[in-house]
Amino acid sequence: MNEKEKKVQEQEDLGAQALELNLEKVITPGQLVLKRFLRNKLSIIGIVILVSMFLFAFIGPFFTGYTAEEVFYDIAADEIAMYLRPSAIHWMGTDGNGMDIMTRLMHGGRISLTIGFVVVTVELLIGIILGGLAGYYGGFVDALIMRFVDIINSIPFLPVVLIIGAIVDELNIDKTKNIYILMLVLGLLGWTGIARMVRGQILSLREQEFMVATEATGLSISRRIFRHLIPNVIPQLIVIATLGLGGIILTEAALSFLGFGVRYPVPSWGNMINAVNEPFILKTYLFTWVPAGLLIFITVLAFNFVGDGLRDAFDPKMKR
Amino acid sequence: MKQYIIRRLLISAIILAGVSVALYALIRLMPANYIDSIMRGNPMITPERINDMKELYGLNDGIFEGYFKWVAKAITGDFGNSFISGKPVIDDIASKMWISFWIAFIAMVLQVLIAVPLGVIAATKQYSATDYSVTVVSLMGISLPGFFFAITLQLIFAIYLQWLPLQGMVTARNHQFMNQFQQMMDILLHMILPMTVLVMTSIGGLMRYSRTNMLEVLNADYIRTARAKGLSENTVIYKHAFRNTMIPLVTILGGSLPGLFAGAMITETIFAIPGLGRAGLNAITLGDIPYIMAYNMFLAVLTLLGTLIADVTYAVVDPRVRLS
Repeated sequence: MNEKEKKVQEQEDLGAQALELNLEKVITPGQLVLKRFLRNKLSIIGIVILVSMFLFAFIGPFFTGYTAEEVFYDIAADEIAMYLRPSAIHWMGTDGNGMDIMTRLMHGGRISLTIGFVVVTVELLIGIILGGLAGYYGGFVDALIMRFVDIINSIPFLPVVLIIGAIVDELNIDKTKNIYILMLVLGLLGWTGIARMVRGQILSLREQEFMVATEATGLSISRRIFRHLIPNVIPQLIVIATLGLGGIILTEAALSFLGFGVRYPVPSWGNMINAVNEPFILKTYLFTWVPAGLLIFITVLAFNFVGDGLRDAFDPKMKR
Repeated sequence: MKQYIIRRLLISAIILAGVSVALYALIRLMPANYIDSIMRGNPMITPERINDMKELYGLNDGIFEGYFKWVAKAITGDFGNSFISGKPVIDDIASKMWISFWIAFIAMVLQVLIAVPLGVIAATKQYSATDYSVTVVSLMGISLPGFFFAITLQLIFAIYLQWLPLQGMVTARNHQFMNQFQQMMDILLHMILPMTVLVMTSIGGLMRYSRTNMLEVLNADYIRTARAKGLSENTVIYKHAFRNTMIPLVTILGGSLPGLFAGAMITETIFAIPGLGRAGLNAITLGDIPYIMAYNMFLAVLTLLGTLIADVTYAVVDPRVRLS
């Protein structure tokens, strides 16, 4: 290797080093958000809780060996095995119908979590489309959509959901299917907040230079809205969706508790607490309703931890 | 401003019309028919009698006919008589809403007194142990299922410890024999548990809100200027910063004022408080159409009034905001 080659080699090394250094310094915004998110202890706790809750609800039922609507019979006493205390056979006991509580908690979790995700998806779809249109077009379209938002907003939520629940009952739909109607109703009544947020953001975004550029390059309007405006709102949407998931689980639980949401024999965390309407259960058989309440609380708390962590992580104004 | 308020009120009228159509259609689709539910199991009643009764209660009208009859009366302020109590619905609501209002109002005052200072302190000591505990407590409050919390409190304090009454507003047996002070204490004792539920479940939002606001204000330039002038930290935080965080808070609280009359449906039902919310739930289960209509329209008016008040107070408190 002569002098010249050595020098070239050295320079190449330097170049490679510089490149590496550079690579180390370049952090994409996504990585930055992730880094900030993972630094927050509460959001880690939230993630851990949520993952275990999903495993519990979706994988758990394969291991209990029972189904959610299986009634156990006590042959010795010749009666339904109701209110059995927790034991090796029934880890969390049985409820007033002789069904295994542990298994019902798992299936209830499936239903609560599924309802949460479906409702949020419906809300996001309607909210993004209507909010996007209102914000982009402004003027008459905006006024029309926003009045519609006002109407939906002024409809009293709980009474109307209860009324619809009563109507659905009358239709004699399969008990397992009326959950879908419940999801649709919750979604149709809950999108207004998202629409307002999307509209507000787009009103300010559409005045910026990059939107003039999309117009100059002749992009179609739907492409301009859904490819260039909406992605800018995604951080806020993720936060709203995460916090919304918790809220919907609470709503569903409250409805089922009142006897209007998910119906027996389909289990949900809310209707398992419904059992306390009988005073003696409230006092004597704590194990039938307390676990369901705690699961609701812990799951919603986890969603709120994660949502709060995401909000902090996305917000460039938050110093750390 | 005057013009703005008038225009908003006109728009509100249109919105209310829309809400009333949707509500009436839904309510008439409800299966719980009041006449059928009270007549059920009574062997003395003939089908003709039931039909007469339905005619009398207006249940035989079609949805459109019924709606226009309802609107024609509602515009004159006549919302009909409650099927259940037989009294004018308006009087029913007027008498019950004050119970709901005072409970919610006291709960809101407590909420503000606890949440705002804690939020402000958390913001001034960002990322300290205090900040973390305030965050955790407020998120826990938001995550509490109200009904579960209420039942658990009942179980612990009313059934096991027997310190507090389980339900109701007064001790039915001897409330009337008490003197005024004892009566007040009696009501107060009954209100502790429901109040705890209302405050705990709604305190989190306000706490988070005042914290975020305070953080934003503390990062503003004029706070740096105030510090640079050499003002003491107390003056900076409690005079310059705190006053500015009050702007959005006042707006929110003003906006939630009408909502206080609405009543808390679930909490009132669990604690058997004779407020508007419990009556509303009862009306829905029995199919008391005039009451449900009036109650829900009342709630819609409260919501619209709330947003209007919020927007107007925002402009009043913050002179930079112009209403158009």
